Amino acid sequence: MGAYILRRLISAIPVLLGITVIVFAIMEMIPGDPATAILGSYATPENVEKLNRELGLDKPAVQRYFIWLGNMLTGDFGQSYALNRPVLDEVLERFGATLILAGVAFVLCSGLGVLAGVVSAARQYGPADRAITFVVLLGISIPSFFLGMMMILLFAVKLRWLPVSGMYAIYGGGDLQDLLRHLVMPASALAVVATGVIARLSRGAMLEVLRQDFIRTARAKGVPERRVIQGHALRAAMVGIIPVLGIQAGFVLSGAVYIEMVFQWPGVGRMLVDAILKRDILLVQGGVVFVAACYVLFNIVVDVAQSLLDPRIKT
Amino acid sequence: MRLFAGLLARNRLALVGAVVLAAVAVLALLVPVLPVRAPNVTDTAARYLRPLSEGHLLGTDHLGRDLLSRLLWGTRLSLAVGFAAAVIAAVIGAALGIVAGYFGGRTDNLIMRGVDMLMAFPYILLALAIVAALGPGLLNALIAVAAVNVPFFARNIRGITVGIANREFVDAARLAGMGHWRIIWSEILPNVVPVIVIAMSTTIGWMILETAGLSFLGLGSQPPQADLGSMLGEARAALITAPHTSVVPGVMILIIVMSINLLGDGVRDALDPRLRSGALSRPMAATRVARDTVPEPQGDGILTLQALETQFHVGGRVYRAVNKVSLSVHPGECLGIIGESGSGKSVTALSVMGLVASPPGVITGGAARYRGDDLIGAPYETLRSLRGDRIAYIFQDPLATLHPLYRVGDQLAEAIRVHHPLGRAEAWARAVALLHSVRIPNPESRAKAYPHEMSGGMRQRVGIAMALANDPDVIIADEPTTALDVTVQAQILSLLDELRRARGLAIIFITHDFGVVAQLCDRVAVMYAGRIVEEGPTGVLLESPAHPYTRRLIDCVPELGAGRRRLAAIPGLPPAVDQLPPGCAFAPRCGRKQPACEAGEIGLEGSGARRVRCLYPEVEEP
Repeated sequence: MGAYILRRLISAIPVLLGITVIVFAIMEMIPGDPATAILGSYATPENVEKLNRELGLDKPAVQRYFIWLGNMLTGDFGQSYALNRPVLDEVLERFGATLILAGVAFVLCSGLGVLAGVVSAARQYGPADRAITFVVLLGISIPSFFLGMMMILLFAVKLRWLPVSGMYAIYGGGDLQDLLRHLVMPASALAVVATGVIARLSRGAMLEVLRQDFIRTARAKGVPERRVIQGHALRAAMVGIIPVLGIQAGFVLSGAVYIEMVFQWPGVGRMLVDAILKRDILLVQGGVVFVAACYVLFNIVVDVAQSLLDPRIKT
Repeated sequence: MRLFAGLLARNRLALVGAVVLAAVAVLALLVPVLPVRAPNVTDTAARYLRPLSEGHLLGTDHLGRDLLSRLLWGTRLSLAVGFAAAVIAAVIGAALGIVAGYFGGRTDNLIMRGVDMLMAFPYILLALAIVAALGPGLLNALIAVAAVNVPFFARNIRGITVGIANREFVDAARLAGMGHWRIIWSEILPNVVPVIVIAMSTTIGWMILETAGLSFLGLGSQPPQADLGSMLGEARAALITAPHTSVVPGVMILIIVMSINLLGDGVRDALDPRLRSGALSRPMAATRVARDTVPEPQGDGILTLQALETQFHVGGRVYRAVNKVSLSVHPGECLGIIGESGSGKSVTALSVMGLVASPPGVITGGAARYRGDDLIGAPYETLRSLRGDRIAYIFQDPLATLHPLYRVGDQLAEAIRVHHPLGRAEAWARAVALLHSVRIPNPESRAKAYPHEMSGGMRQRVGIAMALANDPDVIIADEPTTALDVTVQAQILSLLDELRRARGLAIIFITHDFGVVAQLCDRVAVMYAGRIVEEGPTGVLLESPAHPYTRRLIDCVPELGAGRRRLAAIPGLPPAVDQLPPGCAFAPRCGRKQPACEAGEIGLEGSGARRVRCLYPEVEEP
């Protein structure tokens, strides 16, 4: 198992390199030059040239890529010009908030999604199945940011159950309970779409498995139906469900950007949108690479989980 | 196409989706000529008017602009952008996928590595990066959304293309000297287009949501022009004071995406062959029972079937898989059921314990009595407590019938523990003992193996061990040796024979192999088209078969050392059991057919153990 994990980690290296190449290439497409963007259009040509040299922008692209990559490997993601602080510090701080939000949403959508899919499949075409199918359809059709706004209207403005936005109360907050109260709405709004997708695919995977011969065997040996569904069928269906969970984790992680905007959550997504609007390129670059790298590592965890579940996968 | 339209019409929800979507699309197309106000004319005196205000059906926004007009124009823009993004993504993705799949090798490797890289990104993050580079704007948002969806199309289409590129007609085209691009254009593309359309129909909703999302973040359409997403984005500031400005565009997005999804599901279902065939059946815990009368108990067998009828209801068709089958088996006795594939022998066996997949399976008549108690329609808990405990099954193909993810020892232990309150360790010890009893070497270590780590013969022994786990009274073995080679088959048969003599087990042995029947069975029943056509003690039946079908069936078997005899295959095919002819089902293939054979029902007649369903049997007085 240890060797397998090591192999997967090594195989992630080219993917991570590819990500940096893609991000760098995208950023190279930017028209105009960053020095002018930073100094404004009234800057003198001498000043622009000086800044370009300071930023190393006078060197060829390939060389700049390797300098950037080398710096990142030493933990230097560059300096955000708009915030005037190291990119990595800012990203790490914001990523923590995003991780809390996306993590809770991911737990919610995996649990509820699989549960809904299993119930739906076990009661195919029954009232429960139809109800779940309808709710799921609604869930995957509603924009998460619109749902978030409607939740604010209902639960925060009208019913006054939950705080409107933010991560902690401005006065007297800061403890876990305060965080949880602020988390309820954004985490559920973020989870809704992924829950729908997971529920659909889980239902499909369960129905596929329930037709298999080994399910008939389980029934033939007298295994109670509840255990046939929750044990035999679900265990086999998880082999198909887990990769979906991995993909949805990416959606939740990046979909957080909308929710962070709606609920003023101080996460990495909102940071990226601000940085894009301010043309703070190094911050965008660093943020995207960091989040993508985390996602790649998470997918390795998914693969390892998969190999633990399915003995047929060679480790 | 007509089939498709028909299926769509039957799927009411998809129809609703299609109608709503069409209505929205027509409105969006007609906005320029509709009598609505101009979308960008501001009137700060009339800000935030509520819906149903004078002259403003849906009210006004923060600049006093008419919301209805902005909604329609915004819908137009959102639909156009979403659709364009879908088309662009589909075209580029399909092109990459086809090239990768068709040329294979290094081209394939290069393209697919690139695609995998793109897929390694959390989706929206990549779109954000692209917009960051190109700058905010609706066109750039469109490009970003299209770009992040390219990998999805490329992957799907590549998979399909690989399958097609290796087919005969492509080889033929290549041999005929057609160039690569002509083959792609005339042979590959027509086969791929339907897949592209389905993939588009399932992703276009996403693309509309995503462009709306980018606009919502202020990275898409720029003021004063607005699509639905940027309308929502602008309205967010006044969410609490003027919620209608948010609700109006939000609900519109919901309506559009939902109708697209409904329609997409309908399209997918209509084109999915498995749904069409009804193969995706509802997996019920026990077969559905719908019978009018229950026969009076009779006979003294430990398991007795009385005029059992099982049908498959698929669409409007009724397949009579088991047609009034009566059988009986006594302790220590082995009854063989023989017949071709599709004769109904397996369904007969599965019906006893309600294991026929349902729907489409329905038990429509008769009874199956274990020690006199009817099992058909018995409460689930009664059935469950007997399944595997008193009446156990051995199935064909143990690779498919054993759970692939559980150790065989655990599967055996479970079979015991669901019927007996035994500890984990105790059940495991029993499982090992069972493996030993079916002569698996090193049972302690083999118990820890997964099914895929064992040979076919081993797995079959595990299946037998599982059937023996609770020392049952009856074992129903459904072709347990068919997939095995002869030496293993012989071992397993002698094992079963020994067990029934030692434990007084009753065995129903289903097979299409007369050799196996001769070796193991005391009595044989021959099935054809869902019915028993002949029944009798093994020796007599094999020596002098009475039904022409049995005779022909035996003639099909090559004999060792009998020299080169002409093997007589039976002409024709068994009838489809949804349209059985009146009278004898074998008549169309029978050499002894007389007009009376096809006139009406023929009974299973005879004396004692020997019975035959034939007006002109091969031997007089069977």
